[in-house]
Amino acid sequence: MKKELLHTNSQKVIGMILGIILVIVFIGCSFVYGYTKVNWGMVIDSFRQFDGSNAHIIIQESRVPRAFIGAAVGASLAVAGALMQGITRNPLASPSIFGINAGAGFFIVVAVTFFSVSSIHQFAWIAFFGAMVTALIVYFLGTLGRDGLTPVKLTLAGAAMAAMFASLTQGMLSLNEKALDEVLFWLTGSVEGRKLEILTTMLPYLVVGWIGALFLTRQMNILAMGEDVAVGLGQKTAIVKISAAIVIVLLAGSAVAIAGPVGFIGIVIPHIARGLVGIDYRWVIPYSALLGAMLLLIADIGARYVIMPKEVPVGVMTALIGTPFFIYIARRGLNKL
Amino acid sequence: MSQYRPFRTKWMSYLIDKKAVLYVFFLSIATLLLLIVSVSIGEMKIHPIEVVKTLIGMGNEMNELVIKSFRLPRIVLALLAGMALAVSGAILQGIIRNPLASPDIIGITGGASLAVVTFLTIFSGERSSALTVSIHWLPVAAFIGALTLGVLVYVLSWRNGVTPVRLVLIGIGLAAAMQALTNMMILFGPLYLATQAQIWITGSVNGANWNQVSTLAPWIIILMVFVWIYARRLNTQELGEDLARGFGSVVQRDRMVLLLFSTALAGGAVAFVGGVGFVGLMAPHIARKLVGSSFGALIPTSALVGALLVMGADLIARTAFSPLEVPAGVFTSALGAPYFIYLLYRSRNQ
Repeated sequence: MKKELLHTNSQKVIGMILGIILVIVFIGCSFVYGYTKVNWGMVIDSFRQFDGSNAHIIIQESRVPRAFIGAAVGASLAVAGALMQGITRNPLASPSIFGINAGAGFFIVVAVTFFSVSSIHQFAWIAFFGAMVTALIVYFLGTLGRDGLTPVKLTLAGAAMAAMFASLTQGMLSLNEKALDEVLFWLTGSVEGRKLEILTTMLPYLVVGWIGALFLTRQMNILAMGEDVAVGLGQKTAIVKISAAIVIVLLAGSAVAIAGPVGFIGIVIPHIARGLVGIDYRWVIPYSALLGAMLLLIADIGARYVIMPKEVPVGVMTALIGTPFFIYIARRGLNKL
Repeated sequence: MSQYRPFRTKWMSYLIDKKAVLYVFFLSIATLLLLIVSVSIGEMKIHPIEVVKTLIGMGNEMNELVIKSFRLPRIVLALLAGMALAVSGAILQGIIRNPLASPDIIGITGGASLAVVTFLTIFSGERSSALTVSIHWLPVAAFIGALTLGVLVYVLSWRNGVTPVRLVLIGIGLAAAMQALTNMMILFGPLYLATQAQIWITGSVNGANWNQVSTLAPWIIILMVFVWIYARRLNTQELGEDLARGFGSVVQRDRMVLLLFSTALAGGAVAFVGGVGFVGLMAPHIARKLVGSSFGALIPTSALVGALLVMGADLIARTAFSPLEVPAGVFTSALGAPYFIYLLYRSRNQ
């Protein structure tokens, strides 16, 4: 294993403080940069003395929710990815590759097509439910078979479920133009146009997930030594895995509910985090959260500039950033986690 | 009575699997029957006997028109596409030595989808729904997309050779990227285009014409013949890398050629009917259950099973919710996913 970049605990703490500062800076940048030009002064003014001007409205109604949603979603997806990679011992595990995103999307389209659901508020709950159902199915499928949960089987099960949900979703969309119009943007993964209300609705679940992930770190370290060693040390591995699975569903489900299927963050970030702080989950989890938030914020800011005045959905940006990384990990092989 | 019967001439020898010949025979009959039934069912019902009469050139003018210009091209296209997808899947499962691989899962279909949507976006007129270039270029775009992705998967998986697991993983990753890009293209295109693209991506033979059939048919038939001749190399591939090499097979080169065949077949099918899902996964499995895993028998059997699947799906697609037309791909996926789960479940004790 390659030596991590930050060796001592004090380096890691400093890195984390730096990370927090960077996240705050990026949130600020997310307020300021975009098609409508605003400056830092206007941002501050909009908080202190809101005057109802166009710029202030854009800041308050669009940029602010977007920045916080981006940070929360990025952090959650990254932490979910780190946990998924830990319990499945699969370096490619992540909500998008394992079909959780596609599953959530499918449930949304079903709801729109057959039950005429249209409020974004309800979308969130349905996506949450869909993500949960899919996660359970994929995990269950991955554990079927002679030698239990193997990385390749799990990946294939996820990919197959993703393919199925995607294809059923597209089939339904091809019959229903109205649904297409409403759902398509969500389906591509975006933090644009989401109201702060959605974040606050899902926030309790996210917070429970984040805290749960932090509580699990010690157990994850033991599990990382291998199932046999963990059992030998007296760990009830089944309980650890189930708790981790619940946390993953909370985090990934809420993230997908808020922003739609934003891919690849869950794969990329945990690897970078491990490169920085090593394999100790007590550091990997918080670093993943910070780095995930940063990546999504950067991707979202970038998304505003690629084909101005239109915007690329952030899910496409993360896919473009993530794919080369994914290929690099896949080439390195599944056994090196 | 032995299972095989040798067949020798001066220039070649071949072991004929008697059971396989029997199955291929019965499946061919079933395909023909389904074809007739499918032709007879529709908005205007035509008695199967009338269908047969028309097919051999003795029908009345009305039936002639309905059958020959509307129903038959579509059904034949479904048949061809089903064959191609199934054989493509059979080859992939052979090289990757994982029964769960298929062209849609490793992204070949996704590459084609992206190419088609990009094509539709670039060449659609400013306001009207008319394309600025002939729609006949669409299959070309799809094919290029599929082939590019096939090559990309192979090249990116190369690291002192291509291992099956790496191939699958890279394929899955690229498939995810393709999907993101496809969604983006649909999002930026006009809405009427989005609907059109969605139908195409899901896979549908609606609106097929003889022109398409006559373009696709030679392509598929020629490739199938090559694949069948090449089949014995697939048999050695299945034994695993070391054994195959021990038999003197050039594993990496074979793997590349076979992947190319598989991509070309899937690309051809996807180009004309879109991404009919899971056929490449299901058909080879069903075939393997019938005739075992020797590829000489497996390939024709898979082809027929695939044809039956897509023709069946299309029949349901255009009759079940009539007058609404559901893309056939919805039904193959709805059928394929539970089948996939069943496969995983069955493999639990092996």
